[in-house]
Amino acid sequence: MTALQASTPWRKTASLLARLGLTGRMLVIAVPMLWLLVFFLVPFLVVLKISVAEPMIARPPYSPLFVDGSIQATLGNYAYLWEDSLYINAYWSSIKIAFFSTVLALLIGYPMSYYIARSPELKRSLLLLLIVLPFWTSFLLRVYAWIGILKTKGVLNAMLMKIGLINEPLIIMQTDIAVYIGIVYTYLPFMILPLYANLVKLDDSLLEASADLGARPISTFFRITIPLSMPGIVAGSMLVFIPAIGEFVIPALLGGPDTLMIGKVLWTEFFSNRDWPVASAVAIAMLVLLVIPVMLLRLAQSKGAET
Amino acid sequence: MKRGLFLPIVSFIGFLFLYIPIVSLVIFSFNKSKLVTVWGGWSTKWYGELLNDPQILGAAWISLKIGVVSATLATVLGTIAAMVLTRFGRVRGRGLLTGMVTAPLVMPEVITGLSLLLLFVAMEAAFGWPAGRGMLTIIIAHTTFCMAYVAVVVQSRLVDMDDSIEEAASDLGAKPMRVFFDITLPMIAPALISGWLLSFTLSLDDLVIASFVSGPGASTLPMVIFSKVRLGVTPEINALATLIVAVVAIGITISWFFMRKQVKK
Repeated sequence: MTALQASTPWRKTASLLARLGLTGRMLVIAVPMLWLLVFFLVPFLVVLKISVAEPMIARPPYSPLFVDGSIQATLGNYAYLWEDSLYINAYWSSIKIAFFSTVLALLIGYPMSYYIARSPELKRSLLLLLIVLPFWTSFLLRVYAWIGILKTKGVLNAMLMKIGLINEPLIIMQTDIAVYIGIVYTYLPFMILPLYANLVKLDDSLLEASADLGARPISTFFRITIPLSMPGIVAGSMLVFIPAIGEFVIPALLGGPDTLMIGKVLWTEFFSNRDWPVASAVAIAMLVLLVIPVMLLRLAQSKGAET
Repeated sequence: MKRGLFLPIVSFIGFLFLYIPIVSLVIFSFNKSKLVTVWGGWSTKWYGELLNDPQILGAAWISLKIGVVSATLATVLGTIAAMVLTRFGRVRGRGLLTGMVTAPLVMPEVITGLSLLLLFVAMEAAFGWPAGRGMLTIIIAHTTFCMAYVAVVVQSRLVDMDDSIEEAASDLGAKPMRVFFDITLPMIAPALISGWLLSFTLSLDDLVIASFVSGPGASTLPMVIFSKVRLGVTPEINALATLIVAVVAIGITISWFFMRKQVKK
């Protein structure tokens, strides 16, 4: 009975909406669409707007876009990014750090993925679990763990000095080396999983055929295995490179004052300098110069995979 | 024989690399001494201090609440988005929705955080909502970036799934809503669970976005950890990490046995 009673106003609303040209189907589409429009797309327009404003000592700390009906926009913040070498250096340094971290992760991740993919089934699922497991524990705490290991009086130096390999402690903390270690460590699973998914499908008969035709293992590897696993290599590298570029936590905790990464620069601009317009301009520049090229690349890649 | 040893050795070193930090966190959480390299004997005093630290406990409670609410919202919204993208055929705005669902996955956290904060500030100035920043704004931010992950997980499940059962149900006269709740939902339930868990972990772990959109009074656990850790190694945080590792290890082991049982069936 209650179901019937409840359904009457519901049906009335439905027919009313249908008369307005709105169907249930459209409502279903509208829910995620509106959410993402309001909380994902519109924010970028706000950032764009603030990036052409002047910083002001006010609440909120930037000048309004419309003053007495006319538009007050300035490209001064962008000019500032171009003139002050800090931002361009940070941009290049982010790309450099992300690139070499990706290469390192590939060099470590490829043999590991190959080994896992060639293991017997029970061992394989256990090893995969070991790869995924760290991901479920706090990322922040795992990065923090490296401070204890790498610092001057840390575990690594104590061990190396005990076995007599070094006499003076190595200075690793607060250098770029620590940042590389942190990034490779954090994103290694992201490299391994797509590589594994690709390598596990590798057809053994191709490797056998290559060996039967007289190819040495090393040339089989470079001429058969690597080209066939290229989609895995590309997917894994993207999954490491993209988040590494905007990384904030790793350079903030493990890097030193002269470790330049664009994510850290944006953070400082916003939280320490409280310059919202410049922080917005950094965000827009980062979006145009990094995120959009990467997205186009991914789009081209997925189109290529379809055909 | 050299080749036969290369892979196991490299993999072994790789696994050591992945686990040494976690193991060292756990070991030093039981260290009596406050100094990391000085072993002062076994002690559980840091656990005692952790459990008596109102700042950490309060932040943990806030983080758990935010995690549960945003993971749930993200699962609902992400599932709807995945349904629209896989089952609705060609609808207007499909391209836009695809773009908006995949973009958060490649967006640097600092940009997401900054843009959402600026939106909240502008919205408050324009129509007074959300009034101030705190748990509500963090929940909205987390829901937005987590729903993208849920959509990807659910979408891949929907693509793999045989849709003839759904077709059969609608041929037999079931309304779309009925088909969804009676047929589709039970079949994609595992994807929803993993999507929820993924969102929950992402929300619990997020420092950058929460720092941007949070206000005074709503410090999440990662924010408190970050402010403590910046000043150096704190054994209390090691104890907290050990507890988290223990919970995750137990959870994963249980689900692994569960999954193996199901596979055997």
